[in-house]
Amino acid sequence: MRAVHVSLRSVEKRFDAQGQAKPVQALGPLDLDLKIGEFFAVVGPSGCGKSTLLEVIAGLAQVSSGTVAFEGAPIGGDIPDGIGVVFQEDACFPWLSVRDNIEFGLRRKRMDKGERASRVARAIDMMGLTAFADSYPAQLSGGMRQRVCIARTLVMQPRLILLDEPFGALDQQTRLIMGEELLKLWRDTGATVFLITHALDEAAMLADRIGVMSARPGRLLETIETGWPRDRDSRIVADARFGEVTARLWGLLREESMKSIGARAQPE
Amino acid sequence: MKSSTAYRIAILIVLIGLLEALCLTGRIDKLTMQPPHRMATDLANMLVSGKLNAAIAKTMTNAAIALALAMVVGVATAAALYRMKYAREVLDPLFATYYAIPVFAFYPLLIVVFGLGDLPQILIGFMLAVVAVIVNTLNGLDRVPRVLFKTARVHRMSGFEAGTRIMLPSAAPYILTGAKLAVAYALIGIIGAEFIMSRGGMGYEISFAYNNFDNATMYPLIVLILAVSISVNALLAAWERRIMQRRGRA
Repeated sequence: MRAVHVSLRSVEKRFDAQGQAKPVQALGPLDLDLKIGEFFAVVGPSGCGKSTLLEVIAGLAQVSSGTVAFEGAPIGGDIPDGIGVVFQEDACFPWLSVRDNIEFGLRRKRMDKGERASRVARAIDMMGLTAFADSYPAQLSGGMRQRVCIARTLVMQPRLILLDEPFGALDQQTRLIMGEELLKLWRDTGATVFLITHALDEAAMLADRIGVMSARPGRLLETIETGWPRDRDSRIVADARFGEVTARLWGLLREESMKSIGARAQPE
Repeated sequence: MKSSTAYRIAILIVLIGLLEALCLTGRIDKLTMQPPHRMATDLANMLVSGKLNAAIAKTMTNAAIALALAMVVGVATAAALYRMKYAREVLDPLFATYYAIPVFAFYPLLIVVFGLGDLPQILIGFMLAVVAVIVNTLNGLDRVPRVLFKTARVHRMSGFEAGTRIMLPSAAPYILTGAKLAVAYALIGIIGAEFIMSRGGMGYEISFAYNNFDNATMYPLIVLILAVSISVNALLAAWERRIMQRRGRA
């Protein structure tokens, strides 16, 4: 049993909604332990609070009740060091070249110039951006820009990488390739990866464990172990177990997704 | 060269040529206007003789000070207002109606308070320019994508650092739009004030030459002001274009 990296206990998040006396329950109560070095994916119907869960772990959002601990220390108002986040939206800085984008976080740290340059070069190489290092984000495709964001996170050498539907805006082939690169990166860095996705196949292909969330307010319905070997790639989709895992996910999610769609269709 | 640019230049050449023809044929008499080629040679002579260099330097320096003040105060005010939602709600309508105020009406008051020196003129230029900078900077800050703030927080940046390293660079194209307006407003403010009442400067010299039927001084100065204003604007526009090209929005 590996050590716990992130631990959430009875976490709840409520929002004050306009025109409503009672705050709206967005998340939880929810318990979750991420183990050091594991690849954990979360799937759930849209609007179930997946992104809120990520923001809670990142320290970007405060919980209404419950506790969140990262490496044993509670996450309060400060965002802890050692966590990297990749968002779905394009978060590249359009005024900086690819290289400067990637170097952005390191420039703010006191560190040896040579070390900085070598970390940047490694990240550029790892994400296949060598030919584009001096280009500006606007010259790149959506997939390449997302690689820049991943590289920018990577150079900081985070011990926990949170990804919020990072491939959501990409086409299917690009997603598969990016997923494969994410697996490689996870293996090479040894970081704990927490991935939010709405794509069941993506979760089934990439993760060690998959948390399935309910319709709003998001709770963890079940956690599924995929049992994949650490050394894997996108060809795992041909494995018979892949179909089983995906089917299981859909079995759990079908009703929740209907609830979430039905809830929206109801008059206010 | 793009064909639209060629047409634009052609129109200017035709208009100047027309003016030249009207002046040379006497349709426009000499006391009203010099032919354009005379304006050019007079300007060259004026600059070479250096007799108006002090006036030109004074106006340009004051305009530059007014512009720099408007940029610094304007960007800082916008950054502060961006964070103070309530103050902004209070002030926004005032900014929207600001340019309905004839700022020059305050010039006599400023002279009474500060004396007939450079300061009232710089203040007029500043007052005209600063709101354009505030409004455009706020517009730019409002358009910073939300994901960039989250990125700032993930990088554990202080509010000040997020402002200088993410918010302002992201808003740069809009700030430049404000700067272009501020250049024009600062010049208008300084030269207008010099026109109304002052002891020197290009506006003063134009007004003085006008009162003395001295077209050989008046027109070259007007041309010089035009040339400076348009050149500074073109420089800023080129910078803006470069930024926009990088961002794929050329």
